[in-house]
Amino acid sequence: MLTIATGNKAVAAAVKAAKPGVIAAYPITPQTEIVEQIADYVAGGDLESRYIPVESEHSAMAACIGASVGGVRTFTATSSHGLLYMHEMVHWAAGARLPIVMANVNRALGPGWNIWAEHTDAFSQRDTGWLQVFVGTVQEAYDATLMAFKVAEDERVLLPLMVNLDGFALSHITQSLETVDIGDFLPPYHLPHAIDTENPLGYGPVTGPADYVRFRWDIERSMRDARGVIAEVEREFAERFGRSYGPTEDYRCEDADVIVVAMGTLGKEAEVAIDRLRDAGIKAGSMRLRWFRPFPDLDLAGREVVVIDRDYSFGFGGVVAHAIRSKTGIEPYSVIAGLGGQEVTYNDIADFVRNRRPGTETWFGVSDHV
Amino acid sequence: MYEIRIHSRGGQGGVTAAKLLALAAFRDGKHATAFPFYGTERRGAPVVSFVRIDDEPIKVYSQIHEPDLVIVLDTSIMDVVDVLDGLKTDGTVLLNSAHPITGCNGACRYVDLTGIALAENLVVAGSPILNTPVIGALAKMGIVTLPSAEKAIREMFSDERNVKAARAAYEELKI
Amino acid sequence: MSAIPKEEYLYKCTSACAGCSSSLCLRYVLKAAGPDSVLVIPACCTSVIQGTYPGTAMSVPVYNVAFAASAACASGMSEAFAAMGRETNVIVYAGDGGTVDIGIQALSGAFERGTNFLYICYDNEAYGNTGMQRSGATPLGARTTTTPGGKPTTKKDLDRIVEAHNPPYMATACSAYPLDLYKKVKKALSIEGPKFIHVLAPCPPGWRYPTEKTVEMGKLAVKTGTWILYEREYGKLTINGPSKAAMRKPAPLEDYIRGQGRFKNVSPEILNLMRQQVQQNIERLSREEAGVC
Ligand SMILES: Cc1ncc(C[n+]2csc(CCOP(=O)(O)OP(=O)(O)O)c2C)c(N)n1
Ligand code: SF4
Ligand SMILES: [Mg+2]
Repeated sequence: MLTIATGNKAVAAAVKAAKPGVIAAYPITPQTEIVEQIADYVAGGDLESRYIPVESEHSAMAACIGASVGGVRTFTATSSHGLLYMHEMVHWAAGARLPIVMANVNRALGPGWNIWAEHTDAFSQRDTGWLQVFVGTVQEAYDATLMAFKVAEDERVLLPLMVNLDGFALSHITQSLETVDIGDFLPPYHLPHAIDTENPLGYGPVTGPADYVRFRWDIERSMRDARGVIAEVEREFAERFGRSYGPTEDYRCEDADVIVVAMGTLGKEAEVAIDRLRDAGIKAGSMRLRWFRPFPDLDLAGREVVVIDRDYSFGFGGVVAHAIRSKTGIEPYSVIAGLGGQEVTYNDIADFVRNRRPGTETWFGVSDHV
Repeated sequence: MYEIRIHSRGGQGGVTAAKLLALAAFRDGKHATAFPFYGTERRGAPVVSFVRIDDEPIKVYSQIHEPDLVIVLDTSIMDVVDVLDGLKTDGTVLLNSAHPITGCNGACRYVDLTGIALAENLVVAGSPILNTPVIGALAKMGIVTLPSAEKAIREMFSDERNVKAARAAYEELKI
Repeated sequence: MSAIPKEEYLYKCTSACAGCSSSLCLRYVLKAAGPDSVLVIPACCTSVIQGTYPGTAMSVPVYNVAFAASAACASGMSEAFAAMGRETNVIVYAGDGGTVDIGIQALSGAFERGTNFLYICYDNEAYGNTGMQRSGATPLGARTTTTPGGKPTTKKDLDRIVEAHNPPYMATACSAYPLDLYKKVKKALSIEGPKFIHVLAPCPPGWRYPTEKTVEMGKLAVKTGTWILYEREYGKLTINGPSKAAMRKPAPLEDYIRGQGRFKNVSPEILNLMRQQVQQNIERLSREEAGVC
């Protein structure tokens, strides 16, 4: 069906199609609309999930863990402080190999309170063992949420997956949305290690170093395998529903001398900047990084790179710039822009490209840095 | 690309008006996006919403700084906000007002949306509903077609008075 | 009774909704506490009401802290002041969600440790900041954005949880009785140790009633016995004036329910349960005050 929706409503619609057995979630701006919409679906009988209105995010993730290992598909959604508050259980979910899907509406962190877009919340969960995808349109929020269940629940993966969408910029924008009849796209939930009284197991008891190392390596092996699974699922999705996705979305990159790497809505805005730059004779392209974990292999050889980080690792640098540097050996021009919802337009992005100084870092909107 | 900025107060329906307009444009076969700029303020604070309409897919997410059209649902905002800021030189202004207002230069249009809403008794929690009549006025201005405007309203609201109010605004606005 | 001071510590320019009773309560809390006080505020409507940086609507220091953390943060602050020999009042002003849900662990910890502070929970019976989702303090039958069919479970009895910590002073209050609140804050701050005040704070957009009915709504809560004003000093219960009469002859519950959109369409069964709860509560407190347990 073709309609219009906000990013939040699109996520909720995908969850409705995926029919989780249990949803446990806690409100936080700008994610709240997802929780409210799901509560509405459940109350109206449009979705037969059990909805647990938990008392905190720590409990939201803990409840998802219990439900997932109990044997049903589970979903939660959060943002910013909510994600940070559940941090302990975020690690737990991955270590316990539970294919929980979570929408995270990216938002800055306090103090001071700031409700607008930033990616630091998701990146703070970088080392938890969750897969992370970042979307750039309302349609993609829907599609990625649907695919998330299939990727996470694949037996070669069995890791939780976080779908990230920019707070307000995407969560609250209204765009066109085509919802699909998913048919048998999602197989029934099957967790090989679900709780089973016929086969009583001890889950997560004290584990010595030798076994612990093997469990950790197993997470990493699945992360590596996830690349292939993601590609398979994205291919199948394209065949069934006609929309294709990959690890990055590349725009006018083929003959580009300089490539802008950005994530989320800034990655889409960058495409407009590229058109302007091309009009002015500058051979630029853009690469919107969709998958953050597992981090994809990027083909940037021989180009200059401008990385826009809507995040920061204090005392070190932009998280994406660092990833590009370590993965490709290229010294990018690192631009820190859009923190706490800072307005960044395509004109600004075009200026980043025009004024690039590879190997250096600039904070957009800050004039006194050295 | 046609860019519209809507000024209203929290609770007056500016955000919904933006969505409705985007839906109507979408039903016209155009591409459209709508988004509010939310502060953290409670009800009654000035709110800005944005709508973009184009024949091509829209990739811009930043705010609208140079609108083609400015809509003011509550003219009392004009005392605190410069609603004409960045308006294109050939841009248009649509005011919810029964009378011309001094200080609105350029192509200003007036329509008494509040009066129309009250005439239809479209009132929720003591406030007149402005978001459906304004779509009628915009149809008259050719931003969307009247059939799509009506269709969009029916998709979002079941109360037929909303369509009547939109038609009344369509009739009332002088072009 | 000393007159309420004229000094204002909460300026009138706040960004609260029209008819917000919680900001009215805060005004009286600050008048009672005076300038040598710090407010510790978790995420809640008050995070917004105080204004946007670099402005502030208050003339005492306001320490904003994460949603779950206010009582623990206040513990640290209170100990720091003690270490410095300072007498500054440490006052948490937290919403019901930040108290009965996500913050209850920190609250319980601080009360068990005997932290010298005053914890005020203003109870608008939902998550106001994020647009009125249910909280553990939302009453049975109330519609919120996450309980569109009405809340199926009852309001968490926060006061009995706090009571179980045996604090030297605890009280209930209601925004419609500001003088009573003022006196209770004064008394609480004169006592050493963990103090608790639970203030019912009607909220027009959340409860869905016209803004001008805010005071009436608070009065009705008390007159119907839905909300009982009392104090507990070192465990000893005293029912306060307005509730004494209400407990003897409560006004019909419908008077309170009818004017609130959140209770629209409550079923007769739910209404009956609500009535029973009010009655049980009245009986329990009456018995206790009369010394019959
Ligand atoms: C860890 C965390 N989760 C969620 C939020 C979002 N949040 C901010 S305030 C709030 C509700 C506050 O409700 P309450 O304590 O009742 O205060 P009120 O807003 O009603 O004044 C929520 C859910 C947050 N800031 N931090
Ligand atoms: S939502 Fe309720 S408590 Fe919050 S500011 Fe508005 S009236 Fe006050
Ligand atoms: Mg509350």
